[in-house]
Amino acid sequence: MLGATALLCGCNAIVLDPQGPIGIAEKTILIDSLAIMLAIVVPTIAATLAFAWWFRASNTRATYLPEFAYSGRLELIVWAIPLLTILLLGGVIWIGSHDLDPAKPLASKTPPLEIQVVSLDWKWLFIYPNQSVARVNQLVVPAGVPIHFSLTSASVMNAFFIPQLGSMIYAMNGMTTQLNLQADAPGTFLGLSSHFSGDGFSNMHFDVQAVSAERFAAWIGVTRNSGPTLDAGSYTALAKQSLNISPFTFGAVEPELFQKIVTQQLPPGPGPQASLPDLSESSLFAMAHCVAPTKFTTVNNATQRTEQ
Amino acid sequence: MLGKLTWAAIPFDQPIPLFAAALVGVVIIGVLAWITFKGWLPYLWQEWITSVDHKRIGIMYILLAMVMLLRGFSDAIMMRSQQALAFHSDGYLPPEHYDQIFSAHGTLMIFFVAMPFVIGLMNFVMPLQLGVRDVAFPTLNSVSLWLTATGALLVNISLVVGEFARTGWLPFPPLSEITYSPGVGVDYYLWSLQISGVGTVLTGVNFVTTVLKIHAPGMTYMRMPIFCWTTLAANLMIVAAFPILTATLAMLLLDRYLGFHFFTNDGGGNVMMFMNLIWAWGHPEVYILILPAFGVFSEVVSTLSGKPLFGYRSMVMATMAICILSFTVWLHHFFTMGAGADVNAIFGITSAIIAVPTGVKVFNWLFTMYGGRIVYSTPILWSIGFMVTFVIGGVTGVLLAVPPADFVLHESLFQVAHFHNVIIGGVLFGAFAGYTFWFPKAFGFRLHEGLGKAAFWCWIIGFYVAFMPLYVVGLMGMTRRMQHYDVAAWRPWLLIAAGGAAIILAGIILQVAQLAVSIRRREELRDLTGDPWNGRSLEWATPSPPPAFNFAVLPRVEGRDAYWAIKQRARQQGKLSEAPGYTDIEMPRNSPTGFICAFFATFMGFALVWHIWWLVALAAFGAYATFVVFAWRDRVEYIIPADVVARIDRANRSARSEALAHMEATP
Repeated sequence: MLGATALLCGCNAIVLDPQGPIGIAEKTILIDSLAIMLAIVVPTIAATLAFAWWFRASNTRATYLPEFAYSGRLELIVWAIPLLTILLLGGVIWIGSHDLDPAKPLASKTPPLEIQVVSLDWKWLFIYPNQSVARVNQLVVPAGVPIHFSLTSASVMNAFFIPQLGSMIYAMNGMTTQLNLQADAPGTFLGLSSHFSGDGFSNMHFDVQAVSAERFAAWIGVTRNSGPTLDAGSYTALAKQSLNISPFTFGAVEPELFQKIVTQQLPPGPGPQASLPDLSESSLFAMAHCVAPTKFTTVNNATQRTEQ
Repeated sequence: MLGKLTWAAIPFDQPIPLFAAALVGVVIIGVLAWITFKGWLPYLWQEWITSVDHKRIGIMYILLAMVMLLRGFSDAIMMRSQQALAFHSDGYLPPEHYDQIFSAHGTLMIFFVAMPFVIGLMNFVMPLQLGVRDVAFPTLNSVSLWLTATGALLVNISLVVGEFARTGWLPFPPLSEITYSPGVGVDYYLWSLQISGVGTVLTGVNFVTTVLKIHAPGMTYMRMPIFCWTTLAANLMIVAAFPILTATLAMLLLDRYLGFHFFTNDGGGNVMMFMNLIWAWGHPEVYILILPAFGVFSEVVSTLSGKPLFGYRSMVMATMAICILSFTVWLHHFFTMGAGADVNAIFGITSAIIAVPTGVKVFNWLFTMYGGRIVYSTPILWSIGFMVTFVIGGVTGVLLAVPPADFVLHESLFQVAHFHNVIIGGVLFGAFAGYTFWFPKAFGFRLHEGLGKAAFWCWIIGFYVAFMPLYVVGLMGMTRRMQHYDVAAWRPWLLIAAGGAAIILAGIILQVAQLAVSIRRREELRDLTGDPWNGRSLEWATPSPPPAFNFAVLPRVEGRDAYWAIKQRARQQGKLSEAPGYTDIEMPRNSPTGFICAFFATFMGFALVWHIWWLVALAAFGAYATFVVFAWRDRVEYIIPADVVARIDRANRSARSEALAHMEATP
């Protein structure tokens, strides 16, 4: 039934249409596990309906066995079938968990790109520490290059999830989680928070722009040193609750900023303030928006998702 | 004087809760006025509110569950319609309201629908099946009931006075900490669960003691009906798991009220500890709900197939295996936290292992039907519907237990579809099967079959239409709890899901109609024999409804399916066994302790939420004083004289003889 419904929605089922090695491997495990179980479950459902129908009281041809309540042979089968299935599945679980551990580096000749992710109320901050740039609410990655994400949260828990690239992982304040993903080819993917994080949760989605390595380098070149600097001051402003922030870029990033967030040298986000949170773009972001318009779009041909 | 409570707590600007509250208020006042006008208040007080009879307490638990089901379901309708509308728009529910609705929906459905429903069934059925007169601690049982009702009341008060939690049905910190949730919503959640949690733990202690210690003569453990085994397992789990919940919520309360740092971001708090603790309770909790449902299905499938349960020993083993294994799987609720591969793999495997005893149960029900003569009445429809639906939920559940698959399905609507698949298809279908199956025992007349079957079909079709699309949108990357979204591909599926909710609504309306019609036509639906389903266990040996003392003389049990054996013997001998010698029966006196205690607990909970400290002290003293008064009571029991017992039992015996004569006349 699941297989059928999944087929129905075709390529829109983005979890089943992965665009990177992790996503592909996870889809394989998902389908394999499903197949192993369906081999048992489909006959069980069929037998349930068949027995229920055949042994209806009005069916005079069905034999009535009022004392039939034990059979050693059947008991053996009854325990053995699920046990063997789970044995097989246990192997899949053990191997899969180790192969696809989010913290495990991807096998690749290219060295991984470091990206630091901070979830804030209610937007995402992506820091490229080695390039010293940062972007809010849009993730730009080079295709074909493994990416090593380090994640934390400025305030409450979130989960970082790009369905077409694979594994999600929690972002938690005071802690760092690790995630390795890769996009195989250029494209635009949906990214979102999958762990409820408060009233602005539904707005915590972002575009993932996978571009060729050259375009990525070009974007870094254009972005660097143009626009505001991400430092303790601008981070603190960013950490205040806000919604619907259009993507914008920081042209410079204070070194070790991510570590300061993780170690709480920069204090956790303040949460709701006595005055109502400014639900529109605050002056800071309006300014940032003017200084650093989404330059990325000028170097990228990928279709932009139209904003509402 | 009133702490944080001001007029601002009443949401005058929000028409939906105000209107709902006004409606509920009118209904409550109307019902109370009607009862007073009819002069039923003394009857209600003496026979129900202060009753310590396990049967009446069970019925009141189920009534509470059904009323709360209506409230929880109206939340569901609002969520489905919001998501159907909120494509590229904000829908009609702003986030601060929508977040309360899904939080209240989950809280109500788990704690105040599923829990009271299964506890109600266990309350009503288990002592009858064990062939005894009551549970181990009857007054404590009444305390449990009324404390649960207090919890439900507090959640519903939050609808109009203040707000409910906006943090989901489990309040994950740091979102639920005072920094990020400064309102009273989380406090309402915490105190209502703390108070009802006391009731649940007391139930657990009470039922474990009953099953282990109080039996009819000859009712050894391996002769107990399987429902008693599942009751034992579920209540062992309650005793082991609910204190974890209480402790965890207490820590969160200390954080919020006294500035502690168990789960805060700062001061050394750790949210991962909350995650671990809450799920160390949370996963056993789902088995606390499903095991009694498994017990119901075992009774229904066996009775309505006219056969003993296949593989009784296997069933007992599987039940107890689940009871233990359920404590070893909690980490699968947060594989995505970034624990190492070894940790994830081990908890993935333990989670998958639970599917083994569960699978065994499914096969055993299958072979119970094999060679049976299945009577197609409503309870068996719920059971077969369950078997088909539940295995699908099992598959998706095991899929979520495979960490790499969980990495892309966790927190998605796929997961939402999975747990509704097992909780509706398992727990709720089981509750409805049990409700239909034991209703004639409780009230002396059957439920209307036609309306019951129609309700079943609406529920099962509605379930598939509502939740299969959620599996699909889950695979399309949609996460749960979204107040609005911009992905066009999700929308058609959410529209279908809303349609499914409407079909389920039709099922609920039919169930209400079924109850109303059955009460009106109770004379033609009357169960005169006390044994409407050709039952196998001892509850069917009592008249319908059973007298306060259940059994005039405790039955002597010589094997499994005790009542079936008694009937077989009577058929072989062509007559009932000799009439026993009747003696006076001592029964526990009714006591208002539970109700008064809960009355004070309600004020205490409300005062704690709003920081009205003088009222907290007053109510705490009141509740304590109630217990002291109860502890100093002089008269504990009352006597039912032997001649009254004899009269009731002779009527029952003559009904049985007639049934026996009828059975012999029609081979």
